[in-house]
Amino acid sequence: MQDFAFSCPLPITARETIVLGHGSGGRLTAQLVHDLFLPAFDNEFLRKLDDQAILNLGSARVAFTTDSFVVTPLFFPGGDIGKLAVHGTVNDLAMSGARPLYLSAAFIMEEGLPLDELSRIIASMAEAAKAAGVTIVTGDTKVVNKGSADKLFITTTGIGLVPDGVSISASNAQPGDKVILSGTIGDHGMAVFSRRENLELESTIESDTASLHLLVQAMLAAGEIHSLRDPTRGGLATSLCEIAGSAGIGVEIQARRIPVRQEVQAACEILGMDPLFVANEGKLVAFVAPAAADAILAAMRGTTEGRDAAIIGEAVSAHPGMVLLKTEIGGSRILDLPFNEQLPRIC
Amino acid sequence: MKYLDEYRDQRLAATLVDEIRRTVTRPWTLMEVCGGQTHSIVKYGLDELLPVQVELVHGPGCPVCVTPLEMIDRAHAIARRPGVIFCSFGDMLRVPGSHGDLYQIKADGGDVRIVYSPLDCLKLARAHPQRPVVFFAIGFETTAPANAMSVWQARAQGLSNFSLLVSHVLVPPAIAAILESPRNRVQAFLGPGHVCAVMGWSEYEPLAERYRVPMVITGFEPIDLLEGILMAVRQCEQGRATVENQYARAVTREGNVEARKMIGRVFEVCDRAWRGIGVIPLSGYRLRPEFHAYDAERIFDIQNVHATEPEICISGQVLQGHKKPHDCPAFGTQCTPQTPLGATMVSAEGACAAYYNYGRHLAQVSR
Repeated sequence: MQDFAFSCPLPITARETIVLGHGSGGRLTAQLVHDLFLPAFDNEFLRKLDDQAILNLGSARVAFTTDSFVVTPLFFPGGDIGKLAVHGTVNDLAMSGARPLYLSAAFIMEEGLPLDELSRIIASMAEAAKAAGVTIVTGDTKVVNKGSADKLFITTTGIGLVPDGVSISASNAQPGDKVILSGTIGDHGMAVFSRRENLELESTIESDTASLHLLVQAMLAAGEIHSLRDPTRGGLATSLCEIAGSAGIGVEIQARRIPVRQEVQAACEILGMDPLFVANEGKLVAFVAPAAADAILAAMRGTTEGRDAAIIGEAVSAHPGMVLLKTEIGGSRILDLPFNEQLPRIC
Repeated sequence: MKYLDEYRDQRLAATLVDEIRRTVTRPWTLMEVCGGQTHSIVKYGLDELLPVQVELVHGPGCPVCVTPLEMIDRAHAIARRPGVIFCSFGDMLRVPGSHGDLYQIKADGGDVRIVYSPLDCLKLARAHPQRPVVFFAIGFETTAPANAMSVWQARAQGLSNFSLLVSHVLVPPAIAAILESPRNRVQAFLGPGHVCAVMGWSEYEPLAERYRVPMVITGFEPIDLLEGILMAVRQCEQGRATVENQYARAVTREGNVEARKMIGRVFEVCDRAWRGIGVIPLSGYRLRPEFHAYDAERIFDIQNVHATEPEICISGQVLQGHKKPHDCPAFGTQCTPQTPLGATMVSAEGACAAYYNYGRHLAQVSR
């Protein structure tokens, strides 16, 4: 055969415009945060890169967070954008151990959005807020030209109070900690994906969207929690990588112990996607002191949101910053931040 | 999950690994042909479990990796045209051309869409009769039947705004090219399960015979791969060189006859350039003359798009099994999935990306 021509494209080292990957929650997102937002806004709260800031206001420790919600379609099996907007911000507060109290809600609406859809979404938000025990106390609306937004974007901001003695942060995880996952992974991402792409699956996958603060309160009553994350976009793997990086610990996870619904696994297999990197909206992963792990697990299993909770691995002092997965057949592999959004594979 | 868990069973895997250990008496170099097989091997950490005598090298069977830069540039030239709806399988979006990738074109206002089947493009073509809809038809024999069917149906439905940008490649000529190379060190092949599900395995028999090399048509799950490795090692140890079929639940000797017929109606064999390897005679498909009206290369004036490829990475040698991703000085430093220097780092099935994503923690042992 002829000698091969070494054939390589020029690397894309820097982007001059925003591409979708910047919103994936993976490496491009992290790059944007580190290169642009952190230097510009630099302060001790932001530097922690937790899902919320904890502010000492007078004698109170206030958890403060914000999140924007963009999802196509607006309604999907198991939920809608309104529910997500409440649960997402409630959960970002809850991941600090805070009791969520008040939310704001801002709506960017595209010209032509049917009022009927908007009113269903608002009703759904109200219901979700009531169920979560939070009050929506302020808000804003804007309308943009047709084509300038995808129907409806919602931003919610929330505050809550962190109880005395509770200190939860990604950086608090320690070697020896047990890693507990509150339930099945990938449900939300595959529910939205299969509806958006009109995948004709035999069974409907439902989003897991749910408020997690009661689950967190039950866990706190049972023992000491070091770190908490709700693995939304980027999935469980991304949350584990963030905690490993932030705490400077290694993490070892057992693939066999990670609960995945059969229909979610099947959809992922068809598309060549990995449930470890698929979004969840009603799950958390906790790093807890080993002595408290069994009690916390039992407390979780006593709640609706944590009934399928499982210990999936532990933190170690080896390979700091790196997450290793023990595979089903006894091999091992790295779980790393995804570089981009997951794409269905060609074959 | 039924039909999957059985093929990821730890005890069965251990039994097969033991059997491979008992069988092997000296070093053997095996090539798994498919990118999907490479992906599974590294994803499940299979290579860690094998005895050191069994070395797996990774083959050219990653469709994204072997598509020439020039073809990617031509695709991008079409995708940038105003009015065009450019459709592709998802993993092609990240492959860099000489000037950016399809993501960038999308961000710049191009209408780039991910589809799951070329037949989805026909729906788009019907919905947008005034706009050209182009599908980037890359891949091996596996994707060829559906691509052929899309053109066949477009003609039957009288759709005149649909076309294919064809860059199809074929496995047997690539295997022959690897075996002809004076530097070849592959002693047995794990054959491409999905390609053979379409094509059958009869065309591999002359290869096994002529080059005296064992070939085991192999599936993609861990147990499939371990069983395929065991069968290949047995042949090596016994001095046999025949085609065996590990993937019997999907592959028959004659393959999918209807699918092959559809390929034959729409495509004809032609010479093709392989990225990192060069032109291999009679190693691809192009549209038959009666379907030239559906050939994007003829519809869009892109013949003058030529690419020059920087001489940096060793992906050509990786694709032929001469080198491993670890052997590249740029691996994991200059070259990562975010800043790929070569296509083998771009696709999830590419050997370099698989090593980077799943296997960086392993010592850089040459096994």
